[in-house]
Amino acid sequence: MTLSMFQAIDQIDQIFVTSQHRLVSDLPAEFQSISSAILSVIAIVLVFALLFAITTVLERKGLGRMQNRYGPNRVGPCGFFQPLADGVKSLTKEDLVPRTADQLVHFLAPVLLVMAAFLAYAVLPVGRNMVLVNLNAGVLYFFAVGSLVELAVFMAGWSSRNKYSLLGAMRAIAQMISYEVPLVLASIVVIMAAGSLSTVSIVDMQASYTGIWPHWFVFTPWGFAGFALFMIAATAESNRSPFDLPEGESEIIAGYYIEYSGFKFALFFLGEYLGMFATSAMAITLFLGGWAAPFSFLTWIPSYLWFFAKLVLLILIFIWIRGTLPRLRMDQLMSFAWQFMLPMTLLNLFVAGVWHFMPAGIVRWLVCIALLVAPAILLSRSLKQGKKFAVRHYRFAE
Amino acid sequence: MSTATEAIRIIPKSPGANDEGQWLEVSMGPQHPSTHGVFRMDVVLDGERIVKLKPVFGYLHRNHEKIAENESYLGSMPYTDRLDYFCSLTNNWAYALAVEKLAGIQVPERAEYIRIITAELTRFQNHACLIGFLTQDMGASGTPLMYAFREREKILDLFESLTGARMMCNYMRFGGCRVDLPAGWIEQARAAVASFPRFLDEFEQLLASNEILMARTQGVGVLSKEFAVNAGVSGPVLRASGVNYDVRKADKYGIYDRFAFKIPLGEHGDTYDRYMVRLLEMRESLKILELALRDIPAGPIVDPKTKIRGFRPKPGEAYAHIEAPKGDLGFYLISDGSSNPYRYRVRPPSLVNLTVLEELCIGHNVADVVVILGSIDIVMGEVDR
Repeated sequence: MTLSMFQAIDQIDQIFVTSQHRLVSDLPAEFQSISSAILSVIAIVLVFALLFAITTVLERKGLGRMQNRYGPNRVGPCGFFQPLADGVKSLTKEDLVPRTADQLVHFLAPVLLVMAAFLAYAVLPVGRNMVLVNLNAGVLYFFAVGSLVELAVFMAGWSSRNKYSLLGAMRAIAQMISYEVPLVLASIVVIMAAGSLSTVSIVDMQASYTGIWPHWFVFTPWGFAGFALFMIAATAESNRSPFDLPEGESEIIAGYYIEYSGFKFALFFLGEYLGMFATSAMAITLFLGGWAAPFSFLTWIPSYLWFFAKLVLLILIFIWIRGTLPRLRMDQLMSFAWQFMLPMTLLNLFVAGVWHFMPAGIVRWLVCIALLVAPAILLSRSLKQGKKFAVRHYRFAE
Repeated sequence: MSTATEAIRIIPKSPGANDEGQWLEVSMGPQHPSTHGVFRMDVVLDGERIVKLKPVFGYLHRNHEKIAENESYLGSMPYTDRLDYFCSLTNNWAYALAVEKLAGIQVPERAEYIRIITAELTRFQNHACLIGFLTQDMGASGTPLMYAFREREKILDLFESLTGARMMCNYMRFGGCRVDLPAGWIEQARAAVASFPRFLDEFEQLLASNEILMARTQGVGVLSKEFAVNAGVSGPVLRASGVNYDVRKADKYGIYDRFAFKIPLGEHGDTYDRYMVRLLEMRESLKILELALRDIPAGPIVDPKTKIRGFRPKPGEAYAHIEAPKGDLGFYLISDGSSNPYRYRVRPPSLVNLTVLEELCIGHNVADVVVILGSIDIVMGEVDR
């Protein structure tokens, strides 16, 4: 390839970065940084709100396909304008607030939820040089902001003055706090390996290749285990099936947002999906090489496309799981968090250390895999102990 | 600021309870997605654990029995469709059987076969959908339910071409059936029946060994053998507790004695057994269907001596019951010689099975209540009448 081709590829890759620079370069120097930040914020809000709209259609159509039905197919081509109709509907609906509700908190909860969800995107690199702020404690900031969601959920549940919403909020708090521990612990292995809390440098570490193969953390035993544990915890954090207990449609109807209607209800949905995107994006950043291409010969495809391709892939997996699995019960969920997830994430830290200090080679792989698989089997056995769930055989009377 | 206690009634714990905290009374229903109709449960919760549960029903009461007493015998036939609106054909059959017993009417052989075929098809679609609803209550997003509905559609199409209606069939008559099978119906039914084993295999493969499903149902809502018998529970719920009682075997009504089929029995009496017993019963239904569709003879479909108009049975009383999909469905009739029944009484299996709900639920979680209720299989049209 000639040099000009490399330049052209680089230009396409950096098109958003350079155009942003060009836009703000005419402004006085003291306004430049703030206006470029505002531009980035607008871009993030628009792109991820659009992704939310697309995901709702994808989810409904995907679930429909899994269930022998069509899903939305009336509005626009193949039903893809359905989110517009939904948006108009939720905007024009009456906004009901229960008389006994705490009016202020009831109003603030959905706003806080969406705000907290959007704040998390500040440190997520969606492409090469495309991150709003390169914090040196980016991962820490991400989890700190993520735990604001719990506050919003509890505000919603408590202020509604409804028993179901109270039950839902109780469940949500218990679940989210329990799963935040393994979520953070699962990501620590990457921080150990990368030696940095900055999301940008974590991705940079993974964006190199041996031959055609990338250096993603998921391609190590501890990285793979960490990714799996992170995704399980992320499913619980974003209240997705099979961990959708705080909503528990068939039990506590809609959980903490039962008393919300109209656009506030839509905001809850937006916040929930944004949370799901954010944790998926974090999983991509930590384990799946962020915006890096999976093979060295594919690096000509712009980095942001790779990031969104990976994000959509993870979202599709979430949809697939939702169409497949029944819901767990609260006690099962909690014992899974504390008796399986927590020991496994702690063990994974140890394995990451072993990996670091052992010489490279096949022995290192075998030792680390053995260290992870054996305890996983033992732990899942002990989780089931005393219950003896088994497929049964039945007798027949003539 | 108003306190939470104003909006949320909190009950002090009973004396002697040693742990901290208070009980919370929650009204589940009548508008609740998982109560299978307008059914309400007054639930007292300790955290998420059920302390007390009071079933409240009657929201759908519509005076079924009294209306039937003011109606001619035949006039009540379409109304029986509305009892258990999922299984109108078995309701028809139970009522027709009671009247036939009262008036001493014989049923021609072809009509007996048609009755068995329609009843077993009804049982199949009821159980398939019930398993779908059960997993829906567990939060499975409706996927198994839609699979079940796909199969149910084939059966409803058969019902439609036979009776003209998909759910409110109004098909049985005293001494036989209303119309004969349309041309090609048997072949269509055979094709449908032949396609069901594959569906059942798929269903069983996807669900029966699912880790989450087993964890949610095994050991949940255990109904002991003795208690089930004492409470008068019937149907698959009773058989899941290990009691060998099936009206098809015990009474041999119709021509069930000509068919070889087995009764699956549970051992633990928990939700998983209730679910599996139904799954196995569907396979047995298919055996009956295959035989019946093979052996169905030609002939009249209704006893020509039966009077349709001016039907007045001799004074007397009769009770007839059948094994409806939900349990032992009985009709009790007293005739005073007029054109209306003097007394018309329904023994609905859903209502009787529902009486054990509190026993099954106490000590379990809120999430288990909907699953246990789903495994009992009620239809409010039959409970409230």
